[in-house]
Amino acid sequence: MKQKKGFSKALTENVGFWFIVPWLIGFLCFKVYPFASSLYYSFTNYDLFTGISKHGLMNYQTIFTDEDIIRAFQVTFKYAIFDVPLKLAFALFIAYILNFKLKGVNFFRTAYYIPSILGGSIAIAILWRAVFNTDGLINTVITAFGGEKINWMASANGALTVIVLLRVWQFGSAMVIFLAALKGVSEDLYEAASIDGAGKWTQFFKITVPLITPVIFYNLITQLCQAFQEFNGPFLVTKGGPNGATTLISILIYNNAFLRHKMGMASAQAWVLFVIVCVLTAVAFVSQKKWVYYSDEDGR
Amino acid sequence: MTREQRRKISTVIRYVLLVAVGFIMVYPLIWMVGATFKTNSEIFTSAWFWPKNPVFDGYNDAFKSYGGKINLLTSMLNTYKIVVPKVVFTIISATITAYGFARFDFKGKGIMFSLMMATLFLPQVVLNAPQYIMFNKWGWTNSYLPLVIPSLFAADTYFVFMLIQFLRGVPKELEEAAKIDGCNSLKTLWYVIVPMLKPSLVSCALFQFMWTSNDFMGPLIYISDMDKYTNSIYLRMSMDGDVGFQWNRILAMSLISIIPSLVVFFCAQDSFIDGIAAGGVKG
Repeated sequence: MKQKKGFSKALTENVGFWFIVPWLIGFLCFKVYPFASSLYYSFTNYDLFTGISKHGLMNYQTIFTDEDIIRAFQVTFKYAIFDVPLKLAFALFIAYILNFKLKGVNFFRTAYYIPSILGGSIAIAILWRAVFNTDGLINTVITAFGGEKINWMASANGALTVIVLLRVWQFGSAMVIFLAALKGVSEDLYEAASIDGAGKWTQFFKITVPLITPVIFYNLITQLCQAFQEFNGPFLVTKGGPNGATTLISILIYNNAFLRHKMGMASAQAWVLFVIVCVLTAVAFVSQKKWVYYSDEDGR
Repeated sequence: MTREQRRKISTVIRYVLLVAVGFIMVYPLIWMVGATFKTNSEIFTSAWFWPKNPVFDGYNDAFKSYGGKINLLTSMLNTYKIVVPKVVFTIISATITAYGFARFDFKGKGIMFSLMMATLFLPQVVLNAPQYIMFNKWGWTNSYLPLVIPSLFAADTYFVFMLIQFLRGVPKELEEAAKIDGCNSLKTLWYVIVPMLKPSLVSCALFQFMWTSNDFMGPLIYISDMDKYTNSIYLRMSMDGDVGFQWNRILAMSLISIIPSLVVFFCAQDSFIDGIAAGGVKG
């Protein structure tokens, strides 16, 4: 009887814990265990069919010496360097215009958001291939304006442009987040500034941007994480080509793990990618002291 | 120039910008609709979306199978065999977890909360290979289990985070009243919390619906039998396998496959926008 009382007491005192037990099981089983085991696999030559026969640093040695792998990392960086700033700049600029009280804002907001909803689907990848075909929509428009046809998929920069544009086109969700932040900037500040004679551009760079730096920071981190993992665009639209010019590291990881069944190598590559993303995020967090402005009343 | 004139001019400039950018954003989709009624030669010569001589063989052929035990409709059905349970499981498990984190104190809560937040930033790329090895050992590969079961355990932490954010904004008075009236915590969850969270649960369901319908990597890794192909894998197969490449057929199939997502989006666009703005969301 006494024991039962103790048990029910423990049960009621830790009610909250029982609610998170399902998550905890999933966390250990589907996140922690795979995460830890992939670190272990990265130091082996694990093959899905023949298992492990060797331990050591050989995967990492290959990663830092093999030209194709180094190139894949370079391409991934190049992709992110173009993709992230372009997407953020677009999203912020359009959000800024939408934030003026114009009629029909909701209509435009919807139009800009649709690509973000559909952008990840295969249907859009297929559309992108049709649009950027040598005789596709884009080239038809270019020639109509008297320009030269661009062979998008055959040149390294062309192919990279195609997949960068695919993601920049999906700036809608970043835009909606910016828009919510812009709504929080007090009207009084703009009024005071315009009385002092500050033009719209000055207001944008001296008032708006500093006040929403926390949200810029948030969008920067999430977009960075996603850009480094981008898979669908290069895999489906450009197929990594031409000559590996759009073979991002995510494609090498996929090929190693699921076509060649070299799980050890795939894990090592994934871990190098993970460390890079961590370092970049850490750099962003450290640098935020210099440029992210947290106001006193709603410091997050 | 007077102040009034300047104001008018800048409004016009803003509208011109919005319309121009909006046009560029949406035109590829409009063009896609038109292209499904065009012949190959017209698709690649005309930038105008309206077909000159509409042809319907794209739609006729869209539903034809490429051989094998799969066609467009069965592949879409397969997709929703994953989407529906995943949405339901995610909503249930994420609500329970968020309730536990947002409304109770217990030993180790701080650490567990930080761990949960950390998984938000854990790239899926790192987990793909080891998860595959694990599910392969369990004999789950070539089934929908690896794609659905983790959602029973609130694996998409993002939604837990979103619901916790919403719960923070909900006053606790009602729950306290329910407690005084003798409701236990389970009853409180069901009769008090869930009704209040309804709008945010709708947002979560919508996002999970979209993300899972669009998911390509998951089915690509786990599904190998053709008759289990989801829509995204089926489309990819047709894109790579279509001999002679009949573009109106492939574009018609693509268009048909995004119609459910478009319908859901237009019926519930406010929930989407509110959901992103409130959760401060990825995507």
